Amino acid sequence: MTEALITVENLTKRFPIRRGLGFKRSAGQLTAVAGIDFTIRRGETLALVGESGCGKTTTGRLLLRLDTPTEGRVLLDGEDIQDLTGEALKDYRSRVQAVFQDPWESLSPRMRVKDIVAEALVAKGGMSREQVRARVAEVLVQVGLSTDMIRSYPHEFSGGQRQRIAVAAALASYPELIVLDEPVSALDVSIRAQVMNLLKDLQSQFGVAYLLVAHDLATVRFMAHQTAVMYLGRLVEYADTEEEFQHPLHPYTQALFAASLPSHPDLVHEEIVLAGEVPSPLDPPPGCTFHPRCPYALPRCSVEIPVLREVGPGQSVACHLYEEASSAAPSVDTGGTGGANASRDRLDLGGPGGSASADGMAG
Amino acid sequence: MNDGVPSGPRDLDVVLDVRGLRTSFLSDRGEVKAVDGVSFQLRRGETLGIVGESGCGKTVTALSIMRLLPRQSARTVGGEIWLGGRDLLTLSPREMRRVRGRQISMILQDPQTSLNPVFTVGNQVVEALETAHEGGTPELRQRAVGLLHDVNIAAPERRMRNYPHQLSGGMKQRVVGAIAIAGGPEVVIADEPTTALDVTIQLQYLRLLRDIQRRTNLSIIFITHDFGIIARMCDRVAVMYAGRIVEQGEIRDIFNSPSHPYTEALIKSVPKVEQRADRLPFIEGQPPGLGNWPAGCAFAERCVHRGEKCREHEYPPTVSLRPGHAVDCWRYLP
Repeated sequence: MTEALITVENLTKRFPIRRGLGFKRSAGQLTAVAGIDFTIRRGETLALVGESGCGKTTTGRLLLRLDTPTEGRVLLDGEDIQDLTGEALKDYRSRVQAVFQDPWESLSPRMRVKDIVAEALVAKGGMSREQVRARVAEVLVQVGLSTDMIRSYPHEFSGGQRQRIAVAAALASYPELIVLDEPVSALDVSIRAQVMNLLKDLQSQFGVAYLLVAHDLATVRFMAHQTAVMYLGRLVEYADTEEEFQHPLHPYTQALFAASLPSHPDLVHEEIVLAGEVPSPLDPPPGCTFHPRCPYALPRCSVEIPVLREVGPGQSVACHLYEEASSAAPSVDTGGTGGANASRDRLDLGGPGGSASADGMAG
Repeated sequence: MNDGVPSGPRDLDVVLDVRGLRTSFLSDRGEVKAVDGVSFQLRRGETLGIVGESGCGKTVTALSIMRLLPRQSARTVGGEIWLGGRDLLTLSPREMRRVRGRQISMILQDPQTSLNPVFTVGNQVVEALETAHEGGTPELRQRAVGLLHDVNIAAPERRMRNYPHQLSGGMKQRVVGAIAIAGGPEVVIADEPTTALDVTIQLQYLRLLRDIQRRTNLSIIFITHDFGIIARMCDRVAVMYAGRIVEQGEIRDIFNSPSHPYTEALIKSVPKVEQRADRLPFIEGQPPGLGNWPAGCAFAERCVHRGEKCREHEYPPTVSLRPGHAVDCWRYLP
């Protein structure tokens, strides 16, 4: 197994909510990230998926040290990134980079391409002007841009080219991790494939790891080695991508897959229409935060918070349904597949990996 | 082939007939074409998808049909738009106001901007009802409550008194839907109505539109950039590129045998949720911006099947491949 680059332990972020004149009165807390654990392996991609407000972007910001965790830690090669100062922090910033969703907003309109791409190198220091210039040219070629354009400004480029510039800027300082926050969703459909292929090629060429924050499951399946599904600040399922897409276990994951759009009219699958909307993170439901919308909720689901536990090789789920299954099937001790398979049968609703069937479109 | 199409008795009457629509933006640099000869028909109870990338003219087509183009900067310079026995392009602004809401209405992408923040939900739905229904305010308010109920808004009486900011995004878009159908239109144009919504809320909304369509035999034009929405929602699809419909047909014809090189390449370039892939086929270059269209076939410079004809000749004529499936491409001509 590939070695861990980033390990996240009990990562928690609460934002104080202030109201009133001057926002002085404290009005409680918003828990954006509620104690999550995951690992990003060297040279691989972990996807964080979920709907707006689930905490995926905040998690990305915590890894970039743009926010400070309320509890828990982020370890890079075993070292807590909060402890880094001075040179070590500079070093961290060059090892962990980011590409954001909207290349119209993320690139400074006042800077030339060469300065945008060189920024992280200059900040890191230790390179001559000549070395910086050579590296900028090299990395622009690697992302498929012409070096004739290094003196141009971002507005002279199309959306796809701008996103390539953003990727070049992230790549310049030889990072080990790039946080990709919805890297293609602002781009035109015919351009998305170009940028996704590029990101994959760069990964296999340079061994950079990605944390992919995304909502589109098709993008995730194409890009990610592992996938973590978030709901109201918690990980509800965390697994190898192929395992998860073929056998989604958590009822929320299943609903998310069922809501994803088909690639062909004959693949319109059974729909699990969730009642209601994601509750406010200011006032999350007790127990499993998904229970008010869950079609299989048990009495204990509204009381007890389920913990993320391994139910099969490379697959963990936070759901009481699978605990019941494993206690009924003690064979779970021998690798955990027995219990998981039993419960998989019970909840097999035909996600994208399952059998396709005609949906309500007819009639 | 018809298994995805609503079954049962179905009226195949054409309700909207757009012929040779041409719309241009007027700027200091002169006329810039945005829609360059678009023709299609919409039948009763049918959902037609218009799919394309930014700048292809799909939204301008919709605004031209609604006659909601900004008056100073854009003008429809040619074509006909037949709805209910009249060419909308010949109507006076006053006559057109009576058409909007009653015969045709539109749902925009962002519910935040299509609702007025300073009026209650109730006021806005009642206002939409007033365009088409007689009756005093109490009666219309009663109807408005019923309409909110129809779009699956819980506790509609209470929601009538809410302002838009008190509703979630999904709920706001359902209110916009209620307003769109308040006047009992035959045609609703939905321009990327679910782009701002989360996936599970998107599914709720798509189902709602389909339910309303089944109840009222509404015809829907669904404008999107997403082939997944086309696959799930539409009966037929028109693919736009550089201001023209380059291919149109029943969705299964388009997905099974996409015939315009652009359609084919675009469908292939989208990653599939059902299947793992190592690499995605992609289209070289980028979509042309407005008014930046090359002569001849605008897709030629990105096309893998490009022949000598494509750039030298004029724009290719429309070829009918099978009933209802038409494509603009020199490949199918001798």
